Amino acid sequence: MMDTPFNAVVPMLCVVFAALAVMMAEAFRGRDEQMALGGLGIVGLVGAAVSSMLLWNRNASSFGVIVADNFGLFVTMTLVIVGVLTIMFSSVVVRRDGLPAGEYYALVLFAVVGMIMMATANDLLVIFIALEILSLAVYVLTGIRRDDPRATEAAFKYFLLGAFSSAFFLYGIAFTYGVSGSTRLDRIGAFLAAQSMSDSPLILVAIGMLLVGFAFKISAVPFHMWTPDAYEGAPAVVTGFMSTGVKAAAFAAFTRVFLSAFEPFSVDWAPMIWILAVATMILGTVVGVAQTNVKRMLAYSSIAHGGYLLVGLIAANDVGKAAILFYLLAYAVTNVAAFGVIALLGTRDAANDELRDFSGLWHGRPALAALMTVCLLSLGGLPPTAGFIGKWYIFSAAVSAGYYGLAIIGVLTSVVSVFFYLRVVVMMYMEERDPGLAAPAHVGGVGMVALVASIVVIFYLGVLPTRVLDLAAESISTIF
Amino acid sequence: MIPLSHYLIVSAILFGIGTTGVLVRRNLITILLSIEIMLNAVNLTFIAFGRQLGSVDGQIIVFFVMTVAAAEAAVGLAIVIGLFRHRESLNPDAFASLKW
Repeated sequence: MMDTPFNAVVPMLCVVFAALAVMMAEAFRGRDEQMALGGLGIVGLVGAAVSSMLLWNRNASSFGVIVADNFGLFVTMTLVIVGVLTIMFSSVVVRRDGLPAGEYYALVLFAVVGMIMMATANDLLVIFIALEILSLAVYVLTGIRRDDPRATEAAFKYFLLGAFSSAFFLYGIAFTYGVSGSTRLDRIGAFLAAQSMSDSPLILVAIGMLLVGFAFKISAVPFHMWTPDAYEGAPAVVTGFMSTGVKAAAFAAFTRVFLSAFEPFSVDWAPMIWILAVATMILGTVVGVAQTNVKRMLAYSSIAHGGYLLVGLIAANDVGKAAILFYLLAYAVTNVAAFGVIALLGTRDAANDELRDFSGLWHGRPALAALMTVCLLSLGGLPPTAGFIGKWYIFSAAVSAGYYGLAIIGVLTSVVSVFFYLRVVVMMYMEERDPGLAAPAHVGGVGMVALVASIVVIFYLGVLPTRVLDLAAESISTIF
Repeated sequence: MIPLSHYLIVSAILFGIGTTGVLVRRNLITILLSIEIMLNAVNLTFIAFGRQLGSVDGQIIVFFVMTVAAAEAAVGLAIVIGLFRHRESLNPDAFASLKW
């Protein structure tokens, strides 16, 4: 590969071209013509994966604002996996629910572009623009079922709080720019390190504002209000996409901004994130216990998982940083698969996402029940699944960095969370199916392939994590 | 010459007005406009800092922000229209089918 300034944006370009191709194909499609638009998207995503592998260890940089360092590429790979799984689940759902295929796949792909951009951006302004690219696409995806008042309402709530929070984020960027004279992360970091603790109040305001902006996107308590509503109202497959992709991208940018640019001020921000992490873990778990809707329950569970990731961010030693990456991957695959099962169980007219809809699933659809069980056990952090290794590394990082309190709260909340995950499992295996309920939908083809693939990944990460962990450690050591 | 702090105070006031509007007003269109006020307050901050620092970056950033704000308004208004079709109301309190 030649060294041109465009190298680092190649993964993004692959996905952009795929998205544009989907839009063109949709425009020229005959009235009743069937087209494999999802397949087109997967081609683009595979292109992104291949180009990220080629860029590995090269530290390519485009114009100084997009850097394809190993950290960004690792997250890019995670996002590609999320994108591919989402498209595979979607191909079932789009046909079943009669969603507009062209718009749907184009929006998913554009959202993935924004996510990749956010993970590889090295400039606050680019992070903001990437955030908006992915957010605008996801707002529309949330409300893509226009005939469903709940989806529209969820889209509006998500949009309102998202736009509100991005204004705060932008205000934080403005102050950072005013203090340091640049929006480039490396220059901000150099400037702040040279200044070393002159304690300008403006920079603290800037850090606070940026923290609020990120906290909204990763749905940390107390900025989580939109999460349960948006996750419940959106189509399940979109929920799976946004609860993993958006979170992974936002966390990548969060980690990069706070551990590189604002690292000199870690004394100031670490206590703030400590409080966020504790509140997020506790509230996500405790309120999750009370839910009767599985989608809403998984929404609270994803809030709690955000809290565990914050623990890794605070314990910013080498183990902690690598653990964030590993945890993001493990969580992303597991959560997409869990929401995939919910999406596959729904029908056009009924979401079938209440807890009782899962009763006796084992008798009707044993394969789906078994796959869902693996996902739930992995979310709960039970061996031998990916979630267990992820949590293990996060908490051991917290302990080795001296944050015993965080580790204890983390372990306790994950024990409590096992309760609500297992409740679904008990429902599936030990309850008889409510005779008033329709038989569970038949699932076949692509959706099942995607589910089995993600289960294989979950077990692979759980049983043989060394290789991926080494990759994560290697990729994080290159930048911070 | 007007000192930097004046610009910053004005933009902080504007940002505060926008934030209050989002939190207090009970009409979806007004809420959207309040978000626009917040973004424009930030634009003012960028320009003021850019002038202070003698760099053109601040003003260039504003163009990006304006573009993003326009895209955001387009999506936001589309969602509001979708909501209005379902509920015939622009009062956010009417939208409570999901627990808020």
